[in-house]
Amino acid sequence: MAAVSLKVNGKSVTADVDPRTLLVQLLRENLRLTGTHVGCDTSQCGACVVLVNGKAVKSCTVLALQLEGADVLSIEGLAPADGPLHPMQEAFRENHGLQCGYCTPGMILTAVDMVRRKGHNLDDKTIREELEGNICRCTGYHNIVKAIAAGARAMQAGGAAKAAE
Amino acid sequence: MSATGIGAAVRRKEDHRFITGKGHYTDDINRPGQAYAYFIRSPHAHATIKSIDTKAASRLSGVAAIFTGADLTAAKISGHICGWTVTGSDGKPMKAAPGPALAHDKVRYVGDEVAVVIADTYAQAKDAAEKVVVEYALLPAVIDPKAAAKPDAPQIHDIAPNNTVYNWQLGDKAATDAAFAAAAHVTKVDIVNNRVVPAAIEPRAAIGEYDSGSDSFTLYTTSQNPHLARLVLSAFAGVAPENKLRVIAPDIGGGFGSKIFIYAEETVCIWAAKKVGRPVKWTAERSESFLVDAHGRDHITHAELALDASGKITGMRVHTIANLGAYPSAFWSCVPTYLYALLLSGQYNIPQIYCAVDAVYTNTAPVDAVRGAGRPEATFVVERLIELAARATGRDPVAFRRANFITSFPHQTPVIVCYDAGDYGASLDKALALADYKGFAKRKRDAARNGKLRGIGFSTYIEACGLAPSAAVGSLGAAIGLWESAEVRVNPTGSVEVLAGSHSHGQGHETTFAQVVADRLGIPIESVSIVHGDTDKVQFGMGTYGSRSGAVGISALVKALDKVEAKAKKVAAHLLEAAEADIEFKDGKFSVAGTDKSVPWGGVALNAYIAHKFNGQELEPGLKEGAFWDPTNFTFPAGCHICEVEVDPETGNTEIVAWTAVDDFGVVINPMIVEGQVHGGVAHGIGQALCESAIYNKDGQFLTGSLMDYCMPRADNLPVMKIGMTVTKCPSNPLGIKGCGEAGAIASPAAVINAITDAIGTEAIAMPATPSAVWVALQKSDRSLPHAA
Repeated sequence: MAAVSLKVNGKSVTADVDPRTLLVQLLRENLRLTGTHVGCDTSQCGACVVLVNGKAVKSCTVLALQLEGADVLSIEGLAPADGPLHPMQEAFRENHGLQCGYCTPGMILTAVDMVRRKGHNLDDKTIREELEGNICRCTGYHNIVKAIAAGARAMQAGGAAKAAE
Repeated sequence: MSATGIGAAVRRKEDHRFITGKGHYTDDINRPGQAYAYFIRSPHAHATIKSIDTKAASRLSGVAAIFTGADLTAAKISGHICGWTVTGSDGKPMKAAPGPALAHDKVRYVGDEVAVVIADTYAQAKDAAEKVVVEYALLPAVIDPKAAAKPDAPQIHDIAPNNTVYNWQLGDKAATDAAFAAAAHVTKVDIVNNRVVPAAIEPRAAIGEYDSGSDSFTLYTTSQNPHLARLVLSAFAGVAPENKLRVIAPDIGGGFGSKIFIYAEETVCIWAAKKVGRPVKWTAERSESFLVDAHGRDHITHAELALDASGKITGMRVHTIANLGAYPSAFWSCVPTYLYALLLSGQYNIPQIYCAVDAVYTNTAPVDAVRGAGRPEATFVVERLIELAARATGRDPVAFRRANFITSFPHQTPVIVCYDAGDYGASLDKALALADYKGFAKRKRDAARNGKLRGIGFSTYIEACGLAPSAAVGSLGAAIGLWESAEVRVNPTGSVEVLAGSHSHGQGHETTFAQVVADRLGIPIESVSIVHGDTDKVQFGMGTYGSRSGAVGISALVKALDKVEAKAKKVAAHLLEAAEADIEFKDGKFSVAGTDKSVPWGGVALNAYIAHKFNGQELEPGLKEGAFWDPTNFTFPAGCHICEVEVDPETGNTEIVAWTAVDDFGVVINPMIVEGQVHGGVAHGIGQALCESAIYNKDGQFLTGSLMDYCMPRADNLPVMKIGMTVTKCPSNPLGIKGCGEAGAIASPAAVINAITDAIGTEAIAMPATPSAVWVALQKSDRSLPHAA
């Protein structure tokens, strides 16, 4: 067992973990933040995406011990507990960008990161290429792409964009 | 239509928890003191188990118990149950091999469960599993379904000679052969419908729990049908009496059929919970999902179509070899028979159809229902035959289809089903317009100038869903009825709970079912809660699959609402001191006809429970009614999908440049949700057609066992889709709903392959039509490649 100290959703956390523990296990099992999901074992599906120091990372592919001092944002931290939803979350609901919801946290955080890297005016081709690392079996991606384009525009208009920074 | 009623694109009530990470999927649940299970699986496709040595493993830190097939056999815990007995052409029942939940003497496919290690942590269970020594004596394996039926093939189950599950047939062979003998033209095609894995993004999981104080069990499971799981686990697997077993299916991350079946893992978890005296939790790793979640499709088919001189179809004959894998599974036997052959008429008036299906065991994963279940396979056969027949006889594919459409209803096909209502020309016309079919020739020329090959492909499909009339399926071999149930509980304060036997795993029932209630009772949609997925709360339901929750589940809800309204009117009559026959109910108000005396819904609900204003002996207090709805027929969604592709001859890559879908689903509750179902279904079928393939090598090693090797379609493989609808109401249920969940997957593969073959000028191409497959086909084709103008 070894100790790691980091920030998760703005709160300082210290955990004693088996060195094999992945970040996604730290979140789900140690911290009981079960919004981040495991969908595969080869890093393709993207259901586990979180933001680490502001950048999208697949939490199944990083060891908890690598994150000493890091700032991790999971889906639970995207919007304040008693506050309004993040515009990207609203966009997914408004545009029916989810069905079973399992890939959704990873999709939303990937989308937030996409806006950071590619800006607020995302076209169809860009969004689809940027979703290479996120698999959905329910939606055919059609409404996910619509949601991300709408969420990106809404993030520019203001809203809770600060929560993602 | 109100903003929250039937037909409205209401945003989903369930979304809040999913977009904030507060869903409750099975792996999110943790029970105090839980232990973790890890299954040891056979690395061999076919072998006898000589010994299992667990001594070293048992001594490792944290190990609570290790169980093997011997333990399950001694405890008489069965597995591999199929709920549909297909009768072969010899009049005998199919050869469904019984077996325990863990393999005992033999393993029959790579992934077959051999033992389970239960420990304090998952890591400890996995570490201990590595120390379990299983000694196998290898047997030759048979993977190819044609080889499996040969007399010299390795015998997989003692009860099934020639590894044959059944030889089945449907139709009048003599009359069909006569039609072919007299035909002016015969089209022949050989098709492999490629094996796929379901790949729901949430892996399966289970938590079994036993309470010794009350001698009762609780199972949390990723199930599309918790009541069926409970019935199978109690009555067939032998785990616990039904009244001592609670099954909870919480939020489910996609099913597509794979979570219908009752597998070894949940059976063992619930049984082991009592043995170890702690909850036992198991979650599949994706590589396990690939190995053991029931696979889909895997047909080898030879099909022929007979035409007369005027281009009318006079007959169809089909021979299919269906690979059913190593063990029985819940719907296993009916997928390549009653969910397949019954759809071979397609949208066409075909006087004679004959279909023979030979189903075999092989040393591969069991094959069962995956989205569409038999109907994608049927549509692929029909629409490929149609396309090839049109091309071979120089006929326009649209005109040829139209000339053969069924136009009068009801229409009795030669393959059992009688289509009740439809207008195939209407969906075809609308699709042609939406797809700008007229402009295709120009788009093709423009593409050629850019060095690309454009093609267009149709799929005018029909399906049978809304499973299903109980007596009808019973007569065909089903062990269960396929009705559905709903109970409407009105609370004294006027809010409503619906206890539904249906179970949503992405279909949005918490919204659509609530829309139906809000529409009927005139109450806000926020005051309607949908309860599902818990056998302690909902008495019984058959679950969600086969595009049935709208047609069957919502019909049960409507019947329950009918009863609620009838009783509420009785209460209102007392409150308004009028005759029951004079009470009208509209927009949430009960009124006396011809007067302005009224009482709102809330007043009636409260008074039903306070029971002061009527004689409780003449009229029972309370307002709660349930209904079981048994359909009188399948429903028959149908439509036209048009796929337009551009193939790059340099790379063989296929880009789907346009997709048009016009479907007739009858009445639609929430068009936004229905369109989402079409998007997802189409994507699923495109995946099968372009990139997905589940492959075993000749030794039965599963080569495509991870998402690195099995190509799931990504966002950039899929097009923007144009979705339209036409409506012919379903005549066999109260609202006229046909259902929509599988249609996209049923229609799409044929459209894709018809488009690609049109683009590259070949007669056929196998699925998946990967870039390398298309490139190779192009080299062999005699089509001259386009060059810049």
